[in-house]
Amino acid sequence: MTTLDLTPSPGAAPLPRMVLAQAGAEIKSTLRNGEQLLLTLIIPVLLLVGFSTTSLVNVGRGSRVAFIAPGVIALAVMSTAFTGQAIATGFERRYGVLKRLGASPLSRAGLMLAKTLAVIAVEVVQVVVIGAVALALGWRPAGSPLAALVLILLGTAAFSGLGLLMAGTLRAEATLAGANLVYLILLGCGGVIFPLTAFPAAVEPVLRLLPISALTGGLRSVLTDGAALPLGAVAILAAWAAVSLALASRTFRWE
Amino acid sequence: MESPAVEIIDLVKRYGRTTAIDGLTLTAGRGAVTAILGPNGAGKTSTIEICEGFRRPDGGTVRVLGLPPTRPELRARVGVMLQAGGVPPAARCGEWLRLMARFHARPLDPAALLERLGMTEHARTPYRRLSGGQQQRVSLAAAVIGRPELVFLDEPTAGLDPQARHACWDLVADLRTAGVSVVLTTHHMDEAERLSDHVVIIDHGGVVAEGTPSALTGAERQLRFRARPGLSLDELLAALPSGSTAKESPSGHYIVEGQVGPELLATVTTWCAAEGVTAADLSIERRTLEDVFLELTGRELR
Repeated sequence: MTTLDLTPSPGAAPLPRMVLAQAGAEIKSTLRNGEQLLLTLIIPVLLLVGFSTTSLVNVGRGSRVAFIAPGVIALAVMSTAFTGQAIATGFERRYGVLKRLGASPLSRAGLMLAKTLAVIAVEVVQVVVIGAVALALGWRPAGSPLAALVLILLGTAAFSGLGLLMAGTLRAEATLAGANLVYLILLGCGGVIFPLTAFPAAVEPVLRLLPISALTGGLRSVLTDGAALPLGAVAILAAWAAVSLALASRTFRWE
Repeated sequence: MESPAVEIIDLVKRYGRTTAIDGLTLTAGRGAVTAILGPNGAGKTSTIEICEGFRRPDGGTVRVLGLPPTRPELRARVGVMLQAGGVPPAARCGEWLRLMARFHARPLDPAALLERLGMTEHARTPYRRLSGGQQQRVSLAAAVIGRPELVFLDEPTAGLDPQARHACWDLVADLRTAGVSVVLTTHHMDEAERLSDHVVIIDHGGVVAEGTPSALTGAERQLRFRARPGLSLDELLAALPSGSTAKESPSGHYIVEGQVGPELLATVTTWCAAEGVTAADLSIERRTLEDVFLELTGRELR
């Protein structure tokens, strides 16, 4: 039998090491989870291919893939930062994982940083895969990649805030159902596939205030039309991020 | 002077209108195993979770290694095993332990720890597929992997098969030998008797009795036997040396306490012969913590 030296020798690891270890574990668990993969990669790619190659939806003039690809990238950001994160965190809370991590040397701020890094890493994989498929379908993005990056990061902050708000207050099952429902509603009403102009004039301005609409519209104006950073979309996403993150940090229950 | 591992003075914890802990005071020494023993609902988990920093007390003082329990620096110095859960169901237990090890500066080798707990063959098994006993061992391993000074174990052997219980007991004994302070809760008397240096019996949120297991059970031994229910004990008591007691509890089970020796045994068997009864299962035993608990609280432990 191996002898173990149980003599006390306590000490926390350096913060970067703890955060990277936790982020790595979160990335691994996302990529290993079948439902998460369906949500984060398979559905967006199927939507991209399906709606770019058929004429099921009237996207107006111009290339179909040029309209669909930015929407699908926005959807991918929402699926990871909001739906996936809400469900995973809700169940971590339910299974006492958040509580147990609270007794480890990794601080709550460190845990949140790790979760953010994991979300961004999964988004990188999504953008690479979706981008490659879109390029293969003839997409030729315009505009500044930096402006697109700013929009994606703000969208990630807004969706993370909403996801954590849900995960930290509702039961895990309610979060599971609610996060999927919100995902479907925002997919349908956020201009991802169906242009907002297809909605009645009375509701369209309201729909434009949704975070998914701001992200979709913003990415489309940068990547399809080659516009500069759209300040309206930036303001909407920043407002959602500020409000949702503030509420989440006040209401989040760790147990 | 080095502060105790845990020092609790006049602790009060309420949940709504229920008072779960009502003026509890206890001290757990450094390098010792302290068992908090009590029935379900006695306040064991509330007490330990306040020490772990998960819950805030409504009154009293708690010091862990001389510090308030919520101080961040304690998280590296204190190992925690929750009563249940705490591990993602899909995580492979080897991976989970390696992650926990990465949070510490000088951790134990996760593979060696798994081997020590007889879990090597399950290192790649997702947590949810492990048996209850195996899951408990993973949680126990996570509590000690950072080489803590103090370990809190909340019902570490609840629901374990005998083999897993012994694996847990052996590790606790080794922790003690290595100088680690251990505070555990249990409602198993044998566990408290076997493992601990100090036993604190709590009920209704307060300390009922405390001491070493042998001090609590006393030097007294008892003689037990079974016979026809309802025998009159008056004549037996008259024949026994003064200071002895005899009682029937439960019906048909007789317990004689006092200077248990050959003489007392002879007195009892003579009395049985006179009564025309045959004593069955006659045995001489040390009092157990179970007896002490029943005496102090009038309740069975479980």
